[in-house]
Amino acid sequence: MATFLSQEACPTIKNILLLDSEGKRVAVKYYSDDWPTNSAKLAFEKSIFTKTQKTNARTEAEITMLENNIIVYKFVQDLYFFVTGGDDENELILATVLQGFFDAVTLLLRNNVEQREALENLDLILLCLDEIVDGGIVLETDGSIIAGKVATHNMDDGAPLSEQTISQALATAREHLTRSLLR
Amino acid sequence: MAQPLVKKDDDRDEEADYSPFLGIEKGAVLQEARVFNDPQLDARRCSQVITKLLYLLNQGETFTKFEATEVFFAVTKLFQSRDIGLRRMVYLMIKELSPCADEVIIVTSSLMKDMNSRTDMYRANAIRVLCRITDGTLLTQIERYLKQAIVDKNPVVASAALVSGIHLLQTTPEIVKRWSNEVQEAVQSRAALVQFHALALLHQIRQNDRLAVSKLVTSLTKGSVRSPLAQCLLIRYTSQVIRESGVNTQTGDRPFYDYLEGCLRHKAEMVIFEAARAITELSNVTTRELTPAITVLQLFLSSSKPVLRFAAVRTLNKVAMTHPMAVTNCNIDMESLISDQNRSIATLAITTLLKTGNESSVDRLMKQITSFMSDIADEFKIVVVEAIRSLCLKFPLKYRSLMNFLSSILREEGGFEFKKAIVDSIVILIRDIPDAKESGLLHLCEFIEDCEFTYLSTQILHFLGNEGPKTSDPSKYIRYIYNRVILENATVRASAVSTLAKFGAMIDSLKPRIFVLLRRCLFDTDDEVRDRATLYLNTLGDGSVSETDKDVKEFLFGSLDVPLTNMETSLKNYIQDPTEEPFDINSVPKEVKSQPLAEKKAPGKKPTGLGAPPSAPTSTDDAYERLLSSIPEFASFGKLFKSSAPVELTESETEYAVNVVKHIFDRHVVFQYNCTNTIPEQLLENVTVIVDASEAEEFSEVGTKPLRSLPYDTPAQTFVAFEKPEGVPAVGKFSNMLRFTVKEVDPSTGEAEDDGVEDEYQLEDFEVAAADYILKVGVSNFKNAWESMGADSERIDEYGLGPRESLTEAVNAVINLLGMQPCEGTEVVPSNSRSHTCLLSGVYIGNMKVLVRLSFGIDGTKEVAMKLAVRSEDENVSDAIHEIVASG
Repeated sequence: MATFLSQEACPTIKNILLLDSEGKRVAVKYYSDDWPTNSAKLAFEKSIFTKTQKTNARTEAEITMLENNIIVYKFVQDLYFFVTGGDDENELILATVLQGFFDAVTLLLRNNVEQREALENLDLILLCLDEIVDGGIVLETDGSIIAGKVATHNMDDGAPLSEQTISQALATAREHLTRSLLR
Repeated sequence: MAQPLVKKDDDRDEEADYSPFLGIEKGAVLQEARVFNDPQLDARRCSQVITKLLYLLNQGETFTKFEATEVFFAVTKLFQSRDIGLRRMVYLMIKELSPCADEVIIVTSSLMKDMNSRTDMYRANAIRVLCRITDGTLLTQIERYLKQAIVDKNPVVASAALVSGIHLLQTTPEIVKRWSNEVQEAVQSRAALVQFHALALLHQIRQNDRLAVSKLVTSLTKGSVRSPLAQCLLIRYTSQVIRESGVNTQTGDRPFYDYLEGCLRHKAEMVIFEAARAITELSNVTTRELTPAITVLQLFLSSSKPVLRFAAVRTLNKVAMTHPMAVTNCNIDMESLISDQNRSIATLAITTLLKTGNESSVDRLMKQITSFMSDIADEFKIVVVEAIRSLCLKFPLKYRSLMNFLSSILREEGGFEFKKAIVDSIVILIRDIPDAKESGLLHLCEFIEDCEFTYLSTQILHFLGNEGPKTSDPSKYIRYIYNRVILENATVRASAVSTLAKFGAMIDSLKPRIFVLLRRCLFDTDDEVRDRATLYLNTLGDGSVSETDKDVKEFLFGSLDVPLTNMETSLKNYIQDPTEEPFDINSVPKEVKSQPLAEKKAPGKKPTGLGAPPSAPTSTDDAYERLLSSIPEFASFGKLFKSSAPVELTESETEYAVNVVKHIFDRHVVFQYNCTNTIPEQLLENVTVIVDASEAEEFSEVGTKPLRSLPYDTPAQTFVAFEKPEGVPAVGKFSNMLRFTVKEVDPSTGEAEDDGVEDEYQLEDFEVAAADYILKVGVSNFKNAWESMGADSERIDEYGLGPRESLTEAVNAVINLLGMQPCEGTEVVPSNSRSHTCLLSGVYIGNMKVLVRLSFGIDGTKEVAMKLAVRSEDENVSDAIHEIVASG
């Protein structure tokens, strides 16, 4: 678990959540002791989900505060992405982590960012979480690098992205992204 | 944008219904995990099973110790497979299982092999896993590899080692600190994230060495820091250095300010914001320094990204608390944010505007807010209400529109906290703005007509009882109050009865009507209501238009002059041992107990080698009183008036540690000497303190209580008692000599020799000062207390305090000198202010209430002048306070 030092310390992430359209867990990772039990974690997830559900976080990442935490979030289809930090954290760092997570997942799921696809590739999502933050400390924020790190581990034949090189995968993904933005 | 269609389970078609984890069950998955033991490993199958296990853990499922061990051992078998994907899942699984020490040994060799693998991914991940699960002993074995990894040319490997180092620094700092050369090298890395991690680790290694941190910042602010994240870190470290170094007094320049300002032009928004925030948080920041930061934040306000807008408005909101004028430039941008989709942003914008707004913009703002209030959550509404309250205190002339706003939102739907915030605000406005009283009270009356919260109703009724009778037409409130008696629950009815009685006591002409109402209450179903009615009917006289007795008024309106917490403890004690005697309110101690400072959340769980931390000071007064009354010699001294804080009479780390506590009684003082023997080879016997009171003429010694034996490291007390003139705050200086018989102790057996030697030990002097005769007793409403004390006993004089470090220091010095309780938080001096008013209250010996109003001023040469106004129940006491200050 991460240790939270004084304000001068390194930026720290308290948790990263990926929830479905009913607020249920797809994959979550907690790095702080603020929520010691599973029920405390579930309660936090429930309140943050209820609080943000009515907002529109589909084009730009949104932000809110809850229990002295800052939460940035972004929704796509039936997947809800959240990144939580302490209330003196730089909001833009949290947003960068969120964006990194989101981009990486988009690449890994080959643009099918939805709950079923995520569950079917849960191993990738979990590895992705592992590559973004280690014990609260930001490891990497660039979505394509994160996706690249995760994808290199899947050399076995049936795995996704195996036929493409990373740069190809990125190119297609970028293309998809731009198209979806222009739409 | 519309929500995606959330399909109900039953109208999904066959295909959509499929989830890979549907109906997953722990027992079955654990069975499946047996494939890990197959001689021919199916990597794909194994990966799937691990994913299922991880899914279960992620959903909050827990494994028993047995199950976890079983899975762990099975997973270790998978190191045989050469499949990269499977290996990654194995790493994840091991981290999730967080194995215990003897299990770790089993995977250590496999992980160490991976740490030296040629595959970068293996190296990076094995380092992270091993460092996560390892303990100190293992770390020395792998230290060599970690140092290599820090300077590895693959950035992923280097980052993994550095981040692991940051975590390990918490548990085994001595090892990680040996890596600083490698870390230093990594700071120069060309890879952005490596530089970030290296910088974080290097700073943490050196954070207790101010000079080293300062050097680090100096060199890096000149050089090139590549990643925005590392740049943010550097900004944080820079502001830390600025905080510790202070402003250059000659030029008035701040070191490194230029660097921070330069960062405002960085290309990454993250860095720009971090720098702007750092500048706004500089201590004693000047307007000139602030301006460039405010300018970039203002640009962020109109960004299309909600996160940027939020970050900017939140920072500006904080700036507005200390430098409202600096933020006014942003007001136009801020006003457009009131309609922001994101309600957090809108609320922050509004409260900022309320802080920076001027008198002319109030009405316009209120209009905008009214439309906005209905669609935000309660927690935001509370923030708005608080902002409006402070605005109203700032512009008392605008009370009408602000009060109307408060009363209109009071009628809207809302939870308890929200309603309480409004009611509190109205009460404060009524108290501080006399013109607002009548309308405010009427708003409150209307509110209790339809109030679902008993707590608020009773609070309002109590307040109404105090303030209502002082208005021009008190009779109009009677109807509202009596309605409560008819309509509400027992608690509210009882407080309504008390309120009625207060009206009756204060307004003689209303008394007959009040009596009629009170008599009706005699038939209430609730005991408390009937009791109160009976009590008041009997105390208020015969129901005719006649003046109420002063004693009765005192009874109805007088405040309980004991702190409620003390009252609570005394009552609890009283209940514990049943007795025939009635409870005596005079037995409740009046001293306000200082709250032990809330302990800061300790960073990390550092194992303390020194055993248990010293226990927090317990409530000492009760203990003292019990201790003293248990000594027969002192039992006749009567009630303990005050016990001082311990005064040290020896330097720390001397042979014998002694401190003294001064107990003040009406006609006596008792000095309690707390002695500790710090020499293991000695036993002290017949310990006494010889007190020379030649410089304390009014005191004469009446007895001592020696300490029979003082073994090593066991604190014990000896006492000396003095007589002094009754009720007089006699002062004087006492010099002390510790006298004892010392016996050698054999450290191996712990037995003392039979023969001892007489010896003496000189202690420091101490004084009994005037402050020892004043109790710290707070008052809830200083203004009321001050006015009720009357101007007759007031004594005013001015004093020059000479040059002082700061205003805070001067204020604290006077508070300590007088030993009185600061009221309403006035002991805190806002930074930068040139004048300050501090309110103190206390009880002087002889049970005389004393109130003090101190006005301080400081000039450019740090000369502090003070005006001291004292009011008390006896003018002699007022004079005495002046004497204390004059001589202090």
